[in-house]
Amino acid sequence: MKIVVCIKQVPATHDAKIDPETKRIIREGIKAILNPFDNYALEEGIQLRDQFGGEVIAISMGPQKAENSLREAISVGVDRAILLSDRAFGGSDTWATSYVLAKAIKKIGNVDLVICGKQAIDGDTAQVGPGIAAHLDWLQATYVMAVDEISSSSIRVKRMHEDGYDVCEIPFPAVITVVKDINIPRVPSLKGVLASKKYKIPVWKPDDIDADKSKIGLDGSPTRVVKTQPPPFRHASTKKIEGTPNDCARSLLKELRMRSII
Amino acid sequence: MKVFTDNEKKEYRNIWVVAEVLSGEIQPVTHELIGAARTLADVRKSEVWVVVMGSGIEKTSELLFSYGADVAIIVDNPSLFGFIDETETKIMKRLIKKYKPEIVICGATTRGRSLIPRIAVMNYSGLTADCTGLSIDSDNGDLLQTRPAFGGNIMATIRSSNHRPQMATVRPRVMKSPEPDPSRTGRMIKEKMIPGDSTKTKNIIDIFHNTETAVNLADAQIIISGGRGMKGPEGFKLLKQFAKRVGGAAVGASRAAVDSGWIPYAHQVGQTGQTVQTKVYIACGISGQIQHLVGMQSCDLIIAIDKNSDTPMMQIADIAVVGDLFEIIPEVIKEIANL
Ligand SMILES: Cc1cc2nc3c(=O)[nH]c(=O)nc-3n(C[C@H](O)[C@H](O)[C@H](O)COP(=O)(O)OP(=O)(O)OC[C@H]3O[C@@H](n4cnc5c(N)ncnc54)[C@H](O)[C@@H]3O)c2cc1C
Ligand SMILES: Cc1cc2nc3c(=O)[nH]c(=O)nc-3n(C[C@H](O)[C@H](O)[C@H](O)COP(=O)(O)OP(=O)(O)OC[C@H]3O[C@@H](n4cnc5c(N)ncnc54)[C@H](O)[C@@H]3O)c2cc1C
Repeated sequence: MKIVVCIKQVPATHDAKIDPETKRIIREGIKAILNPFDNYALEEGIQLRDQFGGEVIAISMGPQKAENSLREAISVGVDRAILLSDRAFGGSDTWATSYVLAKAIKKIGNVDLVICGKQAIDGDTAQVGPGIAAHLDWLQATYVMAVDEISSSSIRVKRMHEDGYDVCEIPFPAVITVVKDINIPRVPSLKGVLASKKYKIPVWKPDDIDADKSKIGLDGSPTRVVKTQPPPFRHASTKKIEGTPNDCARSLLKELRMRSII
Repeated sequence: MKVFTDNEKKEYRNIWVVAEVLSGEIQPVTHELIGAARTLADVRKSEVWVVVMGSGIEKTSELLFSYGADVAIIVDNPSLFGFIDETETKIMKRLIKKYKPEIVICGATTRGRSLIPRIAVMNYSGLTADCTGLSIDSDNGDLLQTRPAFGGNIMATIRSSNHRPQMATVRPRVMKSPEPDPSRTGRMIKEKMIPGDSTKTKNIIDIFHNTETAVNLADAQIIISGGRGMKGPEGFKLLKQFAKRVGGAAVGASRAAVDSGWIPYAHQVGQTGQTVQTKVYIACGISGQIQHLVGMQSCDLIIAIDKNSDTPMMQIADIAVVGDLFEIIPEVIKEIANL
């Protein structure tokens, strides 16, 4: 079994701020981390390999420093890591990002299963996983909360929905996106950390994956971010209620009754 | 990437909504999206079309007109009972080619977020996720989409005007549902599936409507939510009693409470949980970090109970009750019983 896990390096979102002058996201001095949801994707890939044999490969598209996230992947036990990095990839939206990742997956060859995180915490779209499946014209299962069974030709998963879940079976090759209920990611072993330091991460460019240059980067992206700004805030004239617990309870109920809520 | 000329763009008309169907029922998010689509269509002097894919959906589709739809395209087939992304993508692809919509919008639900990116890729359309605002250029139909990103810390304005159709998802409860007008009517178009639609797809073995995970916060009028201040699962028992007393309110939670394992994820409100827009939201022991606020700040009335009066939640609340919630909530429950 050959499994590819797609991982993204993201800024730690609590810190994301907007420059009041330029209205652009300030990226300087912000810590870059592995997208939290991708830890679950890595763990699932590693568990399936351990159970079934084969190979897990982590890939990431991003700037050179995204190699740190790939090293993290090596440290928890993936077999190989590949960085897709080139100026020409910069500015890719989800269409172009999933195109590049799909091209890399094709290049790797004979891949049975691709695992993505549910969503990245910066772009927050959850569109890349299904996008990869569409570019490859493979089957997909999203919001996967459990893998029930796996064979050499198919996988049976539970998909989470708003009103419950379903169980479906998809033949390989396929793409799944996973939610955090699926497993508990391991922490890297000392041996893993050492191995990750030594690992030489290959960097692939557009030509290495036979990418059509008109389909990557800003030029290949059908969406454009035209403006960023701080979120609107709710303005309220807060009515404060204080006093003994019973006073508070009575005052609150008075407010609720005044508004015919109870 | 091919850029559409103005003349090519003119071939694309009307605003489409992809209906959210669960077990043969059209979900309220569809009505909310029809409301948003209506506003756009009125600016463009065009029509609102709704695509409904499912099994046994013809009857419920008739109601769509009362919410503002002009046309409903119905694809009614037993094989569409479960959610098969691949099949629905193929159907949508055919319909888009045939009828050429200017814009396609879809609920940002687990199903919508799985289906629509697939369609967008196949079609080379731009897709903007989780929009909170949509506005349209009356002359050329270019759509301006506003959405939160970076965990709600920023709002981005996005356009994808080089292509048609332009595509967007909108979370449930972000747009207001229009009041239905039973006298409105519309046209129904029935489209058949073709054999190719269902080749190379997944096999759905079972569907579970898990009442434990099915917490329909969206349907509630009142939500009582608990955070880290609830201290443990016992705290949530107290909230459930409280909820029962105020006429069957739903129980929500912050991520801190969910991550601590005090209550299942399905109750989580916020950026990575559900967005809610209830009449009343009562936050108990939730400090109100941005990721929580983005999921509930458009509720009509926000009440916060916290021992710290300086939290962001206490600042944005309409009513802020200052004190120990373990003392106050039992008093409230007692006082309601005395009413
Ligand atoms: C403010 C802002 C708003 C944006 N809004 C949109 C928008 O509405 N529509 C749009 O098309 N683009 C948008 N983009 C661009 C988008 O963020 C990038 O294309 C990004 O590379 C991928 O999208 P995401 O972060 O949403 O990933 P998601 O689709 O949320 O990621 C899901 C999973 O895909 C995998 N993955 C994602 N990116 C990579 C990667 N680079 N390498 C390896 N694996 C990856 C990971 O497994 C991840 O868990 C926006 C960007 C910004 C800055
Ligand atoms: C990418 C990302 C996504 C996220 N998504 C979400 C999301 O969807 N939803 C979400 O909620 N969070 C989300 N978070 C987490 C968020 O940043 C906060 O960590 C979380 O909301 C805090 O939860 P809380 O308010 O319950 O806890 P705290 O911030 O610890 O607040 C607890 C409050 O309880 C009060 N309190 C304690 N004891 C008592 C008492 N006895 N009586 C009265 N008051 C008391 C305290 O004064 C305090 O104000 C996300 C974070 C990230 C990075």
